[in-house]
Amino acid sequence: MTMENTTPVNCTEAVHELYSYLDGELTDSKRQAIKDHLQRCRPCDRAVQFEAELLAIIGDRCAETIPDDLTARVKAALEEAKAQETEPS
Amino acid sequence: MADQATFEADAMEFMGPLYSAAYRLTGNQADAEDLVQETYLRAFKGYGGFQEGTNLRAWLYKILNNTFINRYRAAQRRPQVADVEDVEDLYLYRRLHDPLAGADESAEDAAIAQITDDVVKEAIDALPEAFKVAVLLADVEGFSYAEIAEITEVPIGTVMSRIHRGRKALQKALYEYATAQGILRTATVTGGGTR
Ligand SMILES: [Zn+2]
Repeated sequence: MTMENTTPVNCTEAVHELYSYLDGELTDSKRQAIKDHLQRCRPCDRAVQFEAELLAIIGDRCAETIPDDLTARVKAALEEAKAQETEPS
Repeated sequence: MADQATFEADAMEFMGPLYSAAYRLTGNQADAEDLVQETYLRAFKGYGGFQEGTNLRAWLYKILNNTFINRYRAAQRRPQVADVEDVEDLYLYRRLHDPLAGADESAEDAAIAQITDDVVKEAIDALPEAFKVAVLLADVEGFSYAEIAEITEVPIGTVMSRIHRGRKALQKALYEYATAQGILRTATVTGGGTR
């Protein structure tokens, strides 16, 4: 393991990177720097928890109920496509 | 190369989420159903070109997105290059969090749990299309930035910017719709001696 020094981040930076942090899209050193900050800084930690909760709620609220007959309709369309492909031209 | 004979068995399980995404894109059930059917037909016909073992779910979303762009957006004649306004970091949190609340620190979590499906959908529907697609793929479908870049065929930096700015714009819209409906109340204490 390399002993990479992580550059500490301040509150503004931590908040600014919070989406990349929550999405798992930061480099290891940057992620660790944010994590260290959140362990030391309760207000930022609270805000990040809130953002995570909000993203989860948004993700949960968008499902539409699939219409009853859509699966059958798509299967029928696929059957028709198959029949056309095997037809001698 | 994937085998067309296994297409149904491989791909049908993704219909529910694809339909939800199609509904957010088209805005109504009839067009969403047509878009899903067209997506499956195109996917079936092109299944020979799908690299087996790679990401089938992402591949289906790419076809859905392209089909929408080619077929439905052209008909809608909507402006395609709309931008979102820049919204500050923690927009919603700063309006809901009461620093004086002390022990009851998670009051704002309880507040946002009250936000209804309709409010979230309305706020997402109000986003310009490019931002809506990026936010849906990230937050509803859980795709990574790299996958979204592949699905939407834009550079990863653009994807990141659209997700981040789209989420912030979404927060503002959520706040406005939810306060208008009395679902959310701002925590800002007006009057009184404390600050
Ligand atoms: Zn901080």
